[in-house]
Amino acid sequence: MSDPRRITLPLTDELVAELRAGDRVRLSGTLLTARDAAHKKLVALIEQGVPLPVDLNGQVVYYVGPSPARPGRVIGACGPTTAGRLDSYTPALLAQGLKGMIGKGFRSPEVITALKEYRAVYFGAVGGAGALLSRCVQAARVVAYPELGPEAVHELIVVDFPAVVINDIHGGDLYREGRRQYAVNK
Amino acid sequence: MRTLDCEKVVEATSRLCREANYVLEPDVVAALEGARQEEVSPTGKDVLGQLLENARIAVREEIPLCQDTGIAVVFVEVGQDLRIVGGSLEEAVVRGVREGYEQGYLRKSVVADPLNRVNTGDNSPPVIHWRLVPGDRLKISVMPKGAGSENMSALKMLKPAEGLDGVKRFILETVSSAGPNPCPPLVVGVGLGGTMEKAALLAKEALLRPLGTRNPVAELAELEENLRVFLNELGIGPMGLGGRVTVLAVHLSTYPTHIAMLPVAVNLNCHAVRHKTAVL
Repeated sequence: MSDPRRITLPLTDELVAELRAGDRVRLSGTLLTARDAAHKKLVALIEQGVPLPVDLNGQVVYYVGPSPARPGRVIGACGPTTAGRLDSYTPALLAQGLKGMIGKGFRSPEVITALKEYRAVYFGAVGGAGALLSRCVQAARVVAYPELGPEAVHELIVVDFPAVVINDIHGGDLYREGRRQYAVNK
Repeated sequence: MRTLDCEKVVEATSRLCREANYVLEPDVVAALEGARQEEVSPTGKDVLGQLLENARIAVREEIPLCQDTGIAVVFVEVGQDLRIVGGSLEEAVVRGVREGYEQGYLRKSVVADPLNRVNTGDNSPPVIHWRLVPGDRLKISVMPKGAGSENMSALKMLKPAEGLDGVKRFILETVSSAGPNPCPPLVVGVGLGGTMEKAALLAKEALLRPLGTRNPVAELAELEENLRVFLNELGIGPMGLGGRVTVLAVHLSTYPTHIAMLPVAVNLNCHAVRHKTAVL
């Protein structure tokens, strides 16, 4: 197995075009966190034509609701949450320039189509590896919606965050391809 | 008659909430190590390696294995010769959950109302299952149940004519359509028989059984093994990225049912299958 590709965020169109389903990556730079409630608020602003509290251009959103940080720590456990819950909001955020998402689990056909249209990528991280992934986070601060508690939008500075490309802009889908490769009764 | 002070129940419940979230049980560690040996997909092996490393960090740093520290499902077995003193037993369990989640820096994920969805702020209330048993002991098992796997669980009232084939088909459909979402490799709890709620409870209780143990009834043990092999042929693999280890185990429990019913419940659990038990 080849070494993971090291990527510095934010993402560009050129970089997104190079990524293929199944590529292992290590992400370094700034991630934004957002879950269900934050997505709902962001999409409501987009629909009203009001500027967003964060600039999504070139950004990667990590679907995570961390556990509380112990005193002296940057963050608690912070593994990915199920991405499919955010599907209905995602195309609107991609239209605002969002270039990537990190989560776990299936995306809807609409999101997969929107990835091609807006040139963005869906990464999977290991679900349940919250303790391990917390060590990749060097800084965390709330940048929007502090009233949402664990669902507030945070800016995370990450170093070598491990992820895998699940859906690329070329129609690649690791969930489909990986399963097909290893299924015994196809 | 033996007496037990409620404060002991509060302390034990609180400790179990924390430990269940920080400590991967030895049987689960062994199952994941076995899975890493067995897995042929390099990506799958890499995922299993990350999970084992995650477990080492969690226990050492007292940080939760997963950020979704769950809604606490608590099984309590009360010996009928035991007298509880110093307050309400149910309140003691609830208080134990509150204290455990607060003191342990565990995420509070419980909302007070399924429609209005305002967080209770202390992860209470838990879901408690009581059982009265012979003896004078109190046994408490805490199972923090995260949404990723619980959301992919399913129940169906089959027709008796659908029989074993219908049961197998439903289990297969549930695991197959869940795919990567419930964080495989999974432990699959199956409850068969009883009524609607009994089947669901059997499936959840089956998740408490140590990995590597089998149903004591030989033909059900064989069915568990057949289902494990059968589900691993799906190719879903660790985290759904493709591979031969989709389930670590299938645990099946049965109960008598009605001539006209065949309830089957499938309760999925992620690879961590978190739980911790104490006897007071």
